[in-house]
Amino acid sequence: MSKLIRVLIAKPGLDGHDRGAKMIARALRDAGMEVIYTGLRQTPEQIVAAAIQEDVDAIGMSILSGAHNHLFPKVIKLLKEQNASDILVIGGGVIPEDDIPELLEAGVGAIFTPGTLTSDIIKYLRENVQ
Amino acid sequence: MELIEKMLNGDKRACARLISSVENNSNEAEDIIKTIYPHTGKAHVIGITGPPGAGKSTLTDKLVKLLRKKDLRVGIIAVDPTSPYTGGAILGDRIRMNDLALDPGVFIRSMGTRGYLGGLAKATRNTVKILDAFGCDVVIIETVGVGQSEVDIVKAADTVVMVMVPGLGDDIQSIKAGVMEIGDIFAVNKSDILGAQRTATEINMMLDLSQNLERRPPVVMVTASQNQNIDKLLEEIEKHYIYMKENDILEKRRKLNIKRELVELVEEELRKYVIKETENKGEMESVTLSLYTKETDPFTIRDILLSKIK
Ligand SMILES: Nc1nc2c(ncn2[C@@H]2O[C@H](COP(=O)(O)OP(=O)(O)OP(=O)(O)O)[C@@H](O)[C@H]2O)c(=O)[nH]1
Ligand SMILES: [Mg+2]
Repeated sequence: MSKLIRVLIAKPGLDGHDRGAKMIARALRDAGMEVIYTGLRQTPEQIVAAAIQEDVDAIGMSILSGAHNHLFPKVIKLLKEQNASDILVIGGGVIPEDDIPELLEAGVGAIFTPGTLTSDIIKYLRENVQ
Repeated sequence: MELIEKMLNGDKRACARLISSVENNSNEAEDIIKTIYPHTGKAHVIGITGPPGAGKSTLTDKLVKLLRKKDLRVGIIAVDPTSPYTGGAILGDRIRMNDLALDPGVFIRSMGTRGYLGGLAKATRNTVKILDAFGCDVVIIETVGVGQSEVDIVKAADTVVMVMVPGLGDDIQSIKAGVMEIGDIFAVNKSDILGAQRTATEINMMLDLSQNLERRPPVVMVTASQNQNIDKLLEEIEKHYIYMKENDILEKRRKLNIKRELVELVEEELRKYVIKETENKGEMESVTLSLYTKETDPFTIRDILLSKIK
């Protein structure tokens, strides 16, 4: 049996929409993964603390508020500080194409923009979680 | 092991890794438990159970905040059902406990019920041991109160809090026998909702009618979402623990659980052994055939299989 993949799904930022995040959570569950769903308005500190306690393989953040250029690097920095850089970070939500290269440069594994098939996200996770 | 050393020194990442190990029943799992075993048995283990959506996580969050005011370190194991079809799960209890995420004295772990080898009870029991060795003064296990495996988990707790809510249906009696009996304390949550008083009255009546109770469980009305009466509930939890210690009931209960655990461990090994011995050599097929044709009987075969164990 292959290892069970554990993913933390968070919806940081101030806007109150978590439809997309919930949809992804369900898709990952249906693909046989364990999803730790932390809900709305998480700070990067809370997300990283939860990811460490839950020993997840990956963190998925859905960001609609435009704060992606701040939130993703912050989470990656905190993971590094806590010797947890092996946790994969992926993102989704409304993120302009132009911002993506910089986020990948900062250490985000992949960004999935609206319209991405959930099957692509699942495939990416299966291939990139060690 | 280096991870154990780190965990014993308070490293949360190491603690989390060790929990994954025992959860996955990895090769190291047994060595981990062997090493930490002497460090266990100190924590007060509290089981919080009740129907889906009763407010168990909200209540846990509020209880933990009170425990933290007393400077106690707390571990939480939040169990949610795994989908039997896909093996996946959405573990959402943390949503109600987000304030606790950054508290250095709190460790929260979400667990799916999975199709555990050796049972869910084994995985949770071993996780409790790790959190206990990690230095948690209190370990809370939250689980939905349906199904035998969930009941088995909370049975392993020192104190079981049954969370009830108004509107569960007309009578409390309809709640499965065997589930009610395990409650040491009853919390009627959502007391802000109409019918809460009636629910409390019904539970009280039922408890008054129950015989063979070692101790008549108290019923506490709470409103977790508004942080109401949680202090009263904690007081009852503490009273129960003191009562258990003073009357040697804690020792009795823990010994009973140790025996149960031991029997389960032996059973698990026996099962594995028999399956390995028979399936590998194709013996199972021939044995099944001889039973099918009534050449022999299951009890004779059982004794033959058991006699192979040195
Ligand atoms: N009115 C009212 N609602 C409450 C109270 N406590 C919790 N809730 C609400 O009940 C819902 C479920 O709460 P949870 O704490 O997630 O319940 P749970 O028992 O942990 O749920 P599961 O883990 O899914 O079984 C949430 O919407 C809470 O806000 C209460 O005292 N009064
Ligand atoms: Mg819950």
